[in-house]
Parts: sequence; structure tokens; C-alpha cells
Amino acid sequence: MSTDTDHGLEITGDVADDQRRDRRIRRFLFGCTSITVLTTIAIFAVLFDNTWGFFFDATFSQWVRTSVLNLGVEGLTQRVSFIEFFTDTEWRPSHADDPRYGIPTLLAGTLLITVGAAFLAIPVGTAGALYLSEYASVRTRKYLKPTLEILAGVPTIVYGFFAVSFVTPVLLRPLLEIFGLSIGRNNALSAMVVVGVMTIPMVMSISEDAMNAVPDELRNGAYALGASKYSVSMNVVLPASISGVFASYILAVSRAIGETMAVTLAAGATANFTGNPLAEVQTMTAYMVTSARSTALVGSITYQSLFAVGLALFLITLVANLVNDYVKRRYREVYQ
Amino acid sequence: MTMATNETEETGGRNDSEPLISTEVTSSETGRGSRADETVLETRNLDVYYGDEQALQDVSAEIPEHKVTAIIGPSGCGKSTFLRSINRMNDQIDVARADGEVLFHEKNVYDEDVDPVALRRKIGQVFQKPNPFPKSIRDNVAYGLKIQGKEVTDEAIERALKQAALYEEVKDKLNSSGLDLSGGQQQRLCIARAIAPDPEVLLMDEPTSALDPVAASKIEDLISELAREYTVVIVTHNMQQAARISDKTAVFLTGGKLVEFGNTNKIFENPDHQEVEDYITGKFG
Repeated sequence: MSTDTDHGLEITGDVADDQRRDRRIRRFLFGCTSITVLTTIAIFAVLFDNTWGFFFDATFSQWVRTSVLNLGVEGLTQRVSFIEFFTDTEWRPSHADDPRYGIPTLLAGTLLITVGAAFLAIPVGTAGALYLSEYASVRTRKYLKPTLEILAGVPTIVYGFFAVSFVTPVLLRPLLEIFGLSIGRNNALSAMVVVGVMTIPMVMSISEDAMNAVPDELRNGAYALGASKYSVSMNVVLPASISGVFASYILAVSRAIGETMAVTLAAGATANFTGNPLAEVQTMTAYMVTSARSTALVGSITYQSLFAVGLALFLITLVANLVNDYVKRRYREVYQ
Repeated sequence: MTMATNETEETGGRNDSEPLISTEVTSSETGRGSRADETVLETRNLDVYYGDEQALQDVSAEIPEHKVTAIIGPSGCGKSTFLRSINRMNDQIDVARADGEVLFHEKNVYDEDVDPVALRRKIGQVFQKPNPFPKSIRDNVAYGLKIQGKEVTDEAIERALKQAALYEEVKDKLNSSGLDLSGGQQQRLCIARAIAPDPEVLLMDEPTSALDPVAASKIEDLISELAREYTVVIVTHNMQQAARISDKTAVFLTGGKLVEFGNTNKIFENPDHQEVEDYITGKFG
């Protein structure tokens, strides 16, 4: 081929500039995306490193630096046994004589509140989503949907304050007195209520999006058969949107697990291995808030326990997300 | 079988133990032809509006029982609107409004005391795009029976699938999803779903327009069969189709006006209106 024919297809001049700019933009966008991934990796690394330092007498990085790299590998002294951490039902890290580190105690607090909140948020949220998607007029939805999103944006500490100043004294205490029961200032029940209320908008909004995505042809098919609105909602729309609806449940549950300020204020700071909703309990997150503000020495077991709890939380929410992903893929309906 | 309900008795009834489309109607002393002029549906001065826009203008038509009535016309002429105003599917659209009368057995369906849900149980509909539910084939057919409080039996499902000429193709996979069928099979499934609860009238809104020619011709054959038991009103943009399968043809032209309504032969061979002739011969539309 001769090079003197001017076919105008070489990568020169403007074309080359364009391509260089494309590459720069590509790298920049990739960089932005990477930030989130790198942050996640960094958080996991820090949690892992310090959790190691909770169980043993040095953090993972210290141990690698001093023992492995200098090749004078020394045996690690274990400070907290795994068996104790996973099975003990006492959590009192700052106890002077007999500190105990059983995460089931904190896990029980977290699960108790999460389950209670789910019992409130899932039915109410789903029903609300059905209302918005199938029953509400265009006008009503136009005003209700943004209101929901505002509710979802209320800082959670406001909910915590609401629990302590209103839910417990004004709502729950008089109600429970009728049954001869009493509750203290801090209790799991008020935390369930506010975390439930807090996650309703999330369930409602995401479920409603999923229901809205159900093609109208399906609704019309059912209506044309003489279906009532209720039948269309329950037998057509809900089953067809179930993967999205389920996703909203899992997101709400992981939000409840990770919820911090509201439960710290509402449920209290006494670690308690119990399923009694009237008791004061401490969740994993509440423990982290309380002890992060305490005067525990950096490097002490109490300080390092923060990271062990943090890592456990991280793994729990990770599992929830994986489940969510699986459900989405498994149950998604494909419409042409 | 509990399929035989009072509303079919007045129209001659049918023997429900007979699984295939039977000649029952014909043999019950009259036959399809002699009932020719019994009107089951009638519109009188029907106007339909979407907001400020008028979609139908002063439409008056009489739809004969056990016949195929085709509705043809250019896009946007109100064909589908006409269909949707019969079973009040337009109620689903907030801005839709109807004036005038749609008489079903001489009862205006827009009267205060008419429940659109009850109406739609007597007037089934098949849509342009096949819309099976994301459920099994069996559950798709059973849905109408279930919500109408009719007994769901294997026989009822089999009968509906046979009437829709789908049974042989799906009899071994009734529990697999309706969405796994081909487009033409899905449409026949939708027909089975519509006729399973035994309506009197079947409205079809361009039921073959989303299908390939082979699947479309299967449905066309089916429609003529269905007319033995049901009154069929079919909207189509395909004039050959209308000519092939219908007994009566209604021609809507722009502005939502019913320009001519009569026997299909007459409309296609010698229409009264020049505009209709122009439309049919392809000079317009």
C-alpha cells in the first residue's frame, strides 16, 4: 500500500487528540469508581488488622512486621479465646476483675431490635407501597412519594430522641401499665418502634418502585377478566414485583442492623443477653458508640474490641447484601 | 362441571362435557345464522373524551350475537377506544370520560348501578400484546375462574386450552411458566384465559399484530371457531384479516367517527361512502 494516497483515515491531528481525551476521561471516571472500592477494602483491612489485635497481643500488621519479617517468628499469645467471643453470653469488657467478651450478648440486642423493627416495617411498608402503586390517585401519589423520601432523610438521632422523650413515656409506658407491666427509660421496645418507623419509608419507596415497574398490560389483563383491585394487587402486582419487594426488606433489615444513634439513645448501654423487648439492651452499634467515646487506651483489649464488633457487623451486612443480590437474580421476572 | 351458568342458557347454552368446540349451538334447533340479527351489544350516540380530546364522536352501532364484528380504520381513529369503552376498561384511565350509551342486553353499562367488575366478567378481552401473567400455564387459565368464584377443575382448564387450540402444545407442561411460550402461544394462552370463565362477548384488540404470519393465521382460524360460542368484536389494522374473518365490519375514520357499518362483503365490495372505499383501496390512511 502506498502511503501517499490520502484516504483520511489515519490517526492524526484532531482524531488523535480526541482519542487521547477519551482515554483521559476514561481514566478519570475509573478513578472515581475505584474510590468506593478502595475505601471498602481499606475499611476491611483496618477492621481485620485490629480485630487480630483484639484476639492476640499484637495487631496483624505489628505481628507481621516484628515476628514474620524479622523471621524470628514468635508464637502469638491469645488474649481472648474464639470460643469465648462466639459463645459467651456476657459482654463486660471494662470489668476490672472479670472482663468478658461474648458477642452473642450484643448480637442478641441487635437481632431483637432488628426483628421487632421488621415486624413493623415490612407489613406496613408493603401495604403502603400497594396503596401508592395501585390505589392512590395520581395526585395523591404526587404528594405522598416525596413526603416519604423526606421522612427517610430525618437524621436518626432525632428518632432516638423521639423514642426517649415520646415513644417510651407517652406511648408505651401508659399502654403497658394497663397490662401491669413497667418499662425503664431505656428499652428494646421503643428502639424497635422507632427503627421500624424509620425503615418504613425505605420498604415503601423501594417496593413501590418495583410495583410500578410491573407492566400495565398485566394489570389490564387481570382487570379485563373482572378482577377486583385487591385481586390485581395481591395476585398479579405483588407476585410480579416480588424480587424488588424482597430487596426492600433486606435493605431495611441491613439498615436496622447498622442503625446506631437511635438505638443507642432508645435501647441503652447495658449489654443484656435477652429476648425480652421490655429490657434494656445494647446493640453492636450502640456498644461501638459508647466505647469509642470512652477513655480506653489505644491497644487495650477494650479498645480493640471495638474493631472486633465492627468486623462482625461488616460481615453481617455483607451477607445481607449477598442474599439480596441472589434473590434479585433468582426471582426477577423478565418481561419482553 | 359448573361451567354452565345461567347467562349462557339464554343464548342457547352449550354442553360443557363436550371438550372441543361443538356444534351444540347449531344443533340446538336454531344455528348460528338464524340468530343473526339478535343484538347483544349496542352503542347509542357514544362520545368518549380523553381530557379535552374527543376520541369517539357520536358512535351508534349494533353488534350481533355470535358473529365476528371487525373494526377497522387508520391509526388514532378510535378503534381501540371503542373496544375499551364497551367493557369500561377506560375507567382505568383517569382522564377518560364517556357520554351516550353502551347497551349490553339493553342495559346501559354506564348506569350508576353497573359494576364494571361484573361487566368484565361477561365481556372478556384479549390485548394487542400477549400479556400472560408470570405464573404457570395452568394458573394463567385458572386465574379468571378463581377470581370469579368458579370452580377450578382440570377439565375446565383443558376445555379452555382446547378452545384456544393450545392444549396439544402445552398439555405436558401445564406447570411451566406462561412466559416461556412463544409469542403466538402466549396469545392463545391469553385467549384461553379470557374464555375460561365463559364470557358472552370476546373483545380482541389487534390480537395478531405482534405475531408472525404463521402464528397470526392460527389465531385467525381460531377466531372463526370462537364465534360459534362467543360474540367476537375484533379491532384490526389489517383489512385482509377483517375481510377474511368477519361477518360485519365497522369502519372508523379520523376524528373518531363511525363512517360505515354493515356486512363485511358489502363494505369491501361496494361501500356506500367514497371515503370508505378510498380507505379500503389504500388511497387514504
